[in-house]
Amino acid sequence: MAQIPNEELLKRIGEKFDQQVTVVGEPYGLLTVETSREQIIDLLTFLKTDDALRFIFLTDITAIHYPEQEKQIGIIYHLHSLTTNTRIRVKVFLTDDDVHIPSATVLWEGANWMERETYDFFGVIFDGHPDLRRILNVDDMTAFPMRKEFPLEDPNRVDKKDYFFGR
Amino acid sequence: MQNHPVYTDNDPQSELSTLNLGPTHPATHGVFQNVLQLDGERIVSGVSTIGYIHRAFEKIAEHRPFYQITPLTDRLNYCSSPINNMGWHMTVEKMLGITIPKRVDYLRVIIMELARISDHIICNGVLGVDTGAFTGFLYMMEHREAIYEIYEEICGSRLTTNIGRIGGFERNFNTIAFAKLRAFLKNFPVTLKEFESLFNRNRIFVDRTKDVAAVTAETALSYSWTGPLLRAAGVDYDVRAMNPYSSYEDFDFEVPVGTNGDVYSRFLVRNEEMWQSLRIIEQALVKLEKEPTDIFHADVPEFYLPPKEEVYNNMEALIYHFKIVMGEIPTPNTEVYHSVEGANGELGFYLVNDGGRSPYRLHFRRPSFINYQMYASMSRGMLLSDAIINMSSLNVIAGELDA
Repeated sequence: MAQIPNEELLKRIGEKFDQQVTVVGEPYGLLTVETSREQIIDLLTFLKTDDALRFIFLTDITAIHYPEQEKQIGIIYHLHSLTTNTRIRVKVFLTDDDVHIPSATVLWEGANWMERETYDFFGVIFDGHPDLRRILNVDDMTAFPMRKEFPLEDPNRVDKKDYFFGR
Repeated sequence: MQNHPVYTDNDPQSELSTLNLGPTHPATHGVFQNVLQLDGERIVSGVSTIGYIHRAFEKIAEHRPFYQITPLTDRLNYCSSPINNMGWHMTVEKMLGITIPKRVDYLRVIIMELARISDHIICNGVLGVDTGAFTGFLYMMEHREAIYEIYEEICGSRLTTNIGRIGGFERNFNTIAFAKLRAFLKNFPVTLKEFESLFNRNRIFVDRTKDVAAVTAETALSYSWTGPLLRAAGVDYDVRAMNPYSSYEDFDFEVPVGTNGDVYSRFLVRNEEMWQSLRIIEQALVKLEKEPTDIFHADVPEFYLPPKEEVYNNMEALIYHFKIVMGEIPTPNTEVYHSVEGANGELGFYLVNDGGRSPYRLHFRRPSFINYQMYASMSRGMLLSDAIINMSSLNVIAGELDA
């Protein structure tokens, strides 16, 4: 089957979810939509099980931290429909004081470690996850190191400051 | 430390014993740990612990200009570094909208297929070693050396190659490189043929691998498996065929699929992929004859580092060199996902850029990490010796597992 055009894909999602799913854009042809955490599992289930779409393959789950935004933490899902060779990106934004989101492990077994990694680095709590604990970092670590406030190097180091480079 | 799986043997009635397989164990071929509970030789349950060589590449990448991220990608799957390097270059090129000349695409295809062969040589050779046949490994290793010598001619290094630049290669392929490539194409098929006749219908090998760790297509898809593992389970998903990059659409090759996803199917799929890679390289050499021989990079002075002689003698090159190194060149404010078919599966790069000198966020979709998560649950009920060869055939590379 041929690739589903983004307009058609969007129309199909819109019929079911109407205002609850908004379009962020389509950078490099990859349709990107945003939804809320209340809708995320419904949306993922719909995308996975709908006969015309069949996004059966979960490519990736990750997160981004935007400290300037009101909703700081963005969770990003990449899905792939292998039968139609279409990809879609789904985003959910959460506020820093309430980083709970339902786990996608109910849909894909493979979401398990992807969510553990996201928890490990960003502190996102995936509700309903069977085994949510750190995976790559040491267990007694208290920080979430991929957040922007966590420094890569010794913060007292001055030899790499921008003003030395005229910036 | 409470989260670590600790099984104690202090129950005198318990018939089970605990085995720490790893973190450093010759059979794991990498630094990761499995705590197994055994009933005799049979595995009752297991817990995987990973992260022993986590080096925070995603965090480091947020502080490095784009061209300095290439050496980080080397250290993901270090058995096939060029695929990672070029996957990263192509991600940046996609973001910047750079068109790459056909000759560069074909040269990249040659290097990427060599890398795939060298990765599969290790995996299938080691699978032989783990089942008790050392000969195949030794014979195949000679040709990995030949591949590394080709890398050396092109980029100067062998394992962590840092090959190419954003926009193409840092230097053209010399005649020695092509001579070594042709010698490899002549010698390797002979050994691969021998390797196949040593293993494919070998009673002992087949008994050890057939129906071991069989995985259905549904399970493999649910666990987001990709690469030879998914194809061995019968799903013909190959990024090269489905979303061609680097002009793979110009090549005629087949995507081998297995039937029941066991260790034997994976072995056969990898062997056949090596034959297909050889086919692709031969086609690429023919195609190269029609291309101008002096083009080895795209004409993008804003992103392609100029040669050093020009930097020292030419004002324009000096300016570009300075601007690239200091990260003064504007980049688009966007996000891009690009994936290549790594030796282990879909190697994805999710790059979010804010127009600065380094990525705002870079995430690697690492096939080893995602493929390995089924290991503990699929080992349940398996014999310990089967679990070992299952691990070999998953081809988990610790660098890619932990990033």
